[in-house]
Amino acid sequence: MLHPECIIMELVEQSLYQQLGGEAAVDAAVDVFYRKVLTDDRVSHFFDDIDMDVQIAKQKGFLTMSFGGPVAYTGRDLRNGHARLVERGLNDSHVDAVIEILGESLREVGAPEHLIQKVAAIAESVRGDVLNR
Amino acid sequence: MPAITYEGQSYSLAANENVLDALLRNGVNAAHSCKAGGCGSCLMRAAEGPIPARAQSGLKDAWKAQGYFLACLCLPDKDLAITTVGADAQLGATITGLELLSPDVLRVRLRCDAPLGFRAGQYVSLQREGGLARSYSIASLPEESDLELHVRRIAGGKMSGWLHDEARISDRLSVLGPSGDCFYVPGKEEQPLLLVGTGTGLAPLYGILRDAIRHGHRGPIHLFHGALHKGGLYLVEELRRLVSGHAHVEYIPAVLNGAEGGDLAVGSIDQVVLKRFPKLAGWRGYVCGDPALVQSLKKKLFLSGMASRDIYADAFLPAPPVS
Repeated sequence: MLHPECIIMELVEQSLYQQLGGEAAVDAAVDVFYRKVLTDDRVSHFFDDIDMDVQIAKQKGFLTMSFGGPVAYTGRDLRNGHARLVERGLNDSHVDAVIEILGESLREVGAPEHLIQKVAAIAESVRGDVLNR
Repeated sequence: MPAITYEGQSYSLAANENVLDALLRNGVNAAHSCKAGGCGSCLMRAAEGPIPARAQSGLKDAWKAQGYFLACLCLPDKDLAITTVGADAQLGATITGLELLSPDVLRVRLRCDAPLGFRAGQYVSLQREGGLARSYSIASLPEESDLELHVRRIAGGKMSGWLHDEARISDRLSVLGPSGDCFYVPGKEEQPLLLVGTGTGLAPLYGILRDAIRHGHRGPIHLFHGALHKGGLYLVEELRRLVSGHAHVEYIPAVLNGAEGGDLAVGSIDQVVLKRFPKLAGWRGYVCGDPALVQSLKKKLFLSGMASRDIYADAFLPAPPVS
């Protein structure tokens, strides 16, 4: 039998995605986020030559994951997906910038500050995989 | 490696080889054009064996359920038995009209043997005997009796050369399709619409424009058609007549090379559009034609505030060079 405290913790964790508004919130945030990424000189060059629809789908996956939502990324997916970018110079400063842009985007669509912190922590947790180290 | 069976023959696939490439490598005359999952020409049907989801992406549900897939996107994990495409996907058609709209654009009219269900702005793959296939956007509306296509003459192009030089009224072809998701969706009829195309990118937009009007779209509609120079524009008078009857519809022909001050906008099409409409939040956009232009314009419309879900696009992929 599970300890009641564990069940409560699990409920809190599971509901981050719901607390933020689920898929509708991701849809609302993804355009705001991607527009910022495309116009931010620190990171925009990593997104220049890629088809927009493909990118939007990826950004949606990233936001869903960061919201703690249902995305089946493995560490290997993230490593393979970013290997080419790491070769092109992707480093900690770019991950910092993307996490910062993510926070700004969520603020812009009205997400509360304590949830934004949780989202940033989830995004932070995949830094090693993204940077292939 | 998995094997495929096609017309009674078995072929094994090389590592990372798709079904289309394997068939072509073995000398099979399989219909194809863009080899990138865009044109729909290499549609095939599986009789047996699991179809990878990617090979069915973008196909309509009824086709997916019947086992249709695109051979150029199909890298099967297991053996796959392929049958020919059924009559439900392929239609015979007769050429009913051939009319030059400009020195290098031909209006081709076709009457299909049975009604082809489509949305204005979608495209079909035109096929001749021997596996020659090219896709063209539909410029006509579903209720019109003939299918209208705009065919630009491509230097050395097999299908466009045949249509321009040899095809005659009553000649027979096959039509496969329709495909594509760049079409007018009824609803939000107050939303401003932006239609931008270059070259024969006008064909789907001509259909989409008339479809929007027919559906009673009330928001403003702005059609920009770009060409390198004046001779590359076509249907100019027809479009001017069309918009003259609708106060909320505007037609802006634009040329890259030309003198300012005439009745044509001058400049690259993206600059012409964005100078006129720098803020596009709340708009819906349709972008058709040259792939590089479509790609960059989509991004520019998005950065000007258009929501990604409101951007519809059809990039005209060229046929791959003959290897």
